[in-house]
Amino acid sequence: MNYAHLFLATLPETILEIAALFVLVFDLALLRKAAIKTRVAGAALLGIAGCVAALMAVFVAVPYSAGADLLLAAGGSAGVAQCAILILTALTLLLLIDCDFTRNPGEYVAVVLMAAAGGLIIAAAQDLLVIFTGLELLSLGLYILTAFNKQSGKSAEAAMKYYLFGGMSAAFLLFGFSYLYGISGSTSLQKIVHESYFATWFGGAPLLYLALVMIAVGLGFKVAAVPFHLWAPDTYEGAPAPAAAFIASVSKVASFALLISIGTAALHASGRYVIGQFVVEVTEHAARHMGMEGSWWLLLALLSVASMVFGNLAALAQISVRRLLAYSAIAHAGYILLGLAFFSYSNVSAAAILYYILTYGLTTIGAFGVVGVVERATGSDKLDSFLGLQKRNPLLGAVLLVLFLSLAGIPPLVGFWAKFNLFAAVLGVSGGEVPFSLVALALAFSAVSLYYYLQVLKRVYVMPAADETPIHAHPVTLVTLLAIAAAVVVMGCFPALLQSWIASFYPAM
Amino acid sequence: MLAFAIYISFAGALISALLPKGKPVLARWFALAVAVAGLAIAIAGYAAGFAQGRIVIVDVLWVPSMGIHYMLAADGISRVLVLLTGIAAVAGVLFSWNIDLRTNQFFAFYLALIGGVYGVFLSFDLFLLFVFYEIAIVPKYFLIAIWGSTRREYGAMKLALYSFVGSAMVLIGLLAAYSTSGSHSTALVDLARAGLPVSFQMWCFPLVFVGFGILAGLWPFHTWAPTGHVAAPTAASMLLAGVVMKLGAYGCLRVGIGLFPHGLDPWGFAFLGIGSWRDVFAWLAVIGIVYGALVALAQTDFKFVIGYSSVSHMGFVLLGLMTLNQIGLDGAVLQMFSHGIIAGLLFAIVGRVVYERTHTRQLAELETMHLSRRLPFAAWAFVVAGIASMGLPGFSGFVAELQVLVGAWRANPWWTAVSGIGIIVGVAYIWRALQKAFFSDALPTAHELEAEQAHKFAPITWPEITGVGLLGACSLAVGLYPRILLDSIEPAVKALLAGGMQ
Repeated sequence: MNYAHLFLATLPETILEIAALFVLVFDLALLRKAAIKTRVAGAALLGIAGCVAALMAVFVAVPYSAGADLLLAAGGSAGVAQCAILILTALTLLLLIDCDFTRNPGEYVAVVLMAAAGGLIIAAAQDLLVIFTGLELLSLGLYILTAFNKQSGKSAEAAMKYYLFGGMSAAFLLFGFSYLYGISGSTSLQKIVHESYFATWFGGAPLLYLALVMIAVGLGFKVAAVPFHLWAPDTYEGAPAPAAAFIASVSKVASFALLISIGTAALHASGRYVIGQFVVEVTEHAARHMGMEGSWWLLLALLSVASMVFGNLAALAQISVRRLLAYSAIAHAGYILLGLAFFSYSNVSAAAILYYILTYGLTTIGAFGVVGVVERATGSDKLDSFLGLQKRNPLLGAVLLVLFLSLAGIPPLVGFWAKFNLFAAVLGVSGGEVPFSLVALALAFSAVSLYYYLQVLKRVYVMPAADETPIHAHPVTLVTLLAIAAAVVVMGCFPALLQSWIASFYPAM
Repeated sequence: MLAFAIYISFAGALISALLPKGKPVLARWFALAVAVAGLAIAIAGYAAGFAQGRIVIVDVLWVPSMGIHYMLAADGISRVLVLLTGIAAVAGVLFSWNIDLRTNQFFAFYLALIGGVYGVFLSFDLFLLFVFYEIAIVPKYFLIAIWGSTRREYGAMKLALYSFVGSAMVLIGLLAAYSTSGSHSTALVDLARAGLPVSFQMWCFPLVFVGFGILAGLWPFHTWAPTGHVAAPTAASMLLAGVVMKLGAYGCLRVGIGLFPHGLDPWGFAFLGIGSWRDVFAWLAVIGIVYGALVALAQTDFKFVIGYSSVSHMGFVLLGLMTLNQIGLDGAVLQMFSHGIIAGLLFAIVGRVVYERTHTRQLAELETMHLSRRLPFAAWAFVVAGIASMGLPGFSGFVAELQVLVGAWRANPWWTAVSGIGIIVGVAYIWRALQKAFFSDALPTAHELEAEQAHKFAPITWPEITGVGLLGACSLAVGLYPRILLDSIEPAVKALLAGGMQ
């Protein structure tokens, strides 16, 4: 084992951890007597600096293997996901500057950075144990962040629910992992995929299916797919706004990056193997129908349909904008799971999913930013507290218009491109009736989603304000939100920009 | 050059949104300037490309990895519809001269809508066309929901959801065509050349046709139209009926028929005499014509009469498309133009000239107001518009509907026979509205005369006279000399019939 090599492989994570400790020391030692505003700004800026440093390190990081088993990947999907995690983390920290929910900004930022480090590990992990470590690191951070508003009972309740669900799903995941280990005798994803292929060949399929169902439970919880979504509305509602934005964006990116790793590994099992006297030729086609992928896609497709249908329908009935965003997140997770269910051998699907989750994360952070500002001014996140926002703060109104229309998938905003990209990738994998009807279903439900996004925008633009006092936002928050909205418009008008950036991470085909 | 009509409109929308609040005069003149500039470009583009074939304006790769082109082009059909958009835009600004609430925002949404409409008519890439098509949805919602009248939030939401469902169907068709063709390009020309299998076209054609048809008022998916038109502020109903419904019809023509010509082939079996999607949609169009006219006859709200008359008149457009012969398609395109002008005029008179003064649209109440005496301008303008709408010779509606009916006769005489009923009822509902609203028999009592003296209606303003004059003149010009448009439409239709979008 070469520790210098390991250090180089985990350089981004290491930088984040160092930054986390540095923030703690800085906040507790130097700024202890300073005003709370200064402490928040200082901690947030240090955290952002850590993210930027880690972002640079992502391009230096190398893959890491223990013996023949790959533990951490670098570049490719992992690289994109790591960059996305760091950028989105920095944005959520920018939104913290205006917040006053905590007297311990140092701890908050440190926990955010550690959770983000967990996200980085998940994005790169190629081994069950590393995956589990990363997931726990991220999840524990998220539980703490959810509970960070100590004055709010809702925050504590949400954290408790999140923690209990999370603990249970982690148990399921670990149980599934143990079966996989039992089948394959290895914790390396690639080996497991190979061995699971032979397991189905020799009649071990039922055990494999059981393992996969368990894993789907665990990961379905992380991405908030129906029926493992119950924590999401409560957490989104109870957590402090920047924490909710972090959960809705960074944690999603990391979890979907993990699903991409699994999909990629499962499909790239082709090759020629000799087992005893048998010579087995595994083609791409066979890999799609046997072994892991054979039942995995079906599980994902089921979760996807359930999430699309339930998420969109439940969002229709919400009166709290945070809960509305939670259900819309469930619906969006459903669309992405569709892309994972019909995953391409080439990196088209992976790129499309990353495009989707990156832009979705960006949009959600912006949406939570606006919700946070409105909440501080009106004391509530109910639909009616958005009444007349265009008059009370025209810029915030415009930002919300752009972001929500993007979430609804109206061109030329980026959300539309993300959807188009994703569904084109799904249909590109197979032109059969099943993927086609599922895409049709997804589009039909995105028409449903327009209704609830318009419910919010209707209050912002159409209905008269009950209270016309202007709402002031901190300049930093306002600039961040405007930049996010501008990015959503620009990336929507020039979709090739982000596409070619993502493509630059993959080796040229 | 025509492309600048799009850019000017979107830039105008952005600037209008940023104009200072509380200066409605500035916002009005600015919007008028933008709309006139768009019209000038449309006229210049029409004159420059007169009787020419397809002219490509710009064609660059937009998203290289997916083969999506930013391709704007114009053929005879596009140029006619761009011209219509220009005229409708100017007239719409003139008839919203009295908007005082959040004027700059009104014109921002208005110009964004116009920009999207220009974009749809000029796009020759399926994807780009779809993008512009969807851009047009959102401004409509806000225009109606904020500045509308009767049940505006209901009407606006219904309209937005119907449009979005329609466009979702189109998007499904788009994705399917893109992945089936394997041509790795979304340019209409490339997709048409890809040789999509007949079995694929058979199910994709109805999907896309209905998707676009929802916006064109295809029966039985038309119910958004009357409620939306009635709820909308005058300028928005003018645009809705005048150009937005044409977006749907244009999509049916350009994408539905142009891209999936084999979707119209016979199925090989017939049920009740219906043996192809062509028969299905033609009969739906015929039903729309008769149904719209009959329902218009029974309305008590003046604006609903016009709203349902739109459904009836758009039925002629769709029927013309389904004739699949030169004269029928010429008629369909001409009817798009003609109805755009006439419906705009009717909505302007009902919504702006009459309603803003009487504050009621109930025919029963208007009957007691003796409007022919008190608002002679409105009465005579409505007589002219009504005659044009009935399809009397001398106005554009006559030429257009005649061509559609001749084309339909050649395809299936029964279509013509049944739609003839629609024309007769059309005369009846206009007549009824005209009589009830303006020329009621009852003589005013002395008491009423006193009340009239006490509450004089506001005088007719110059924007109203200009707008009515502009629209009336256009309809008359096309009615008297239809070649001015037909010379442009005919070659484009011929090319479309000969080779689809190739």
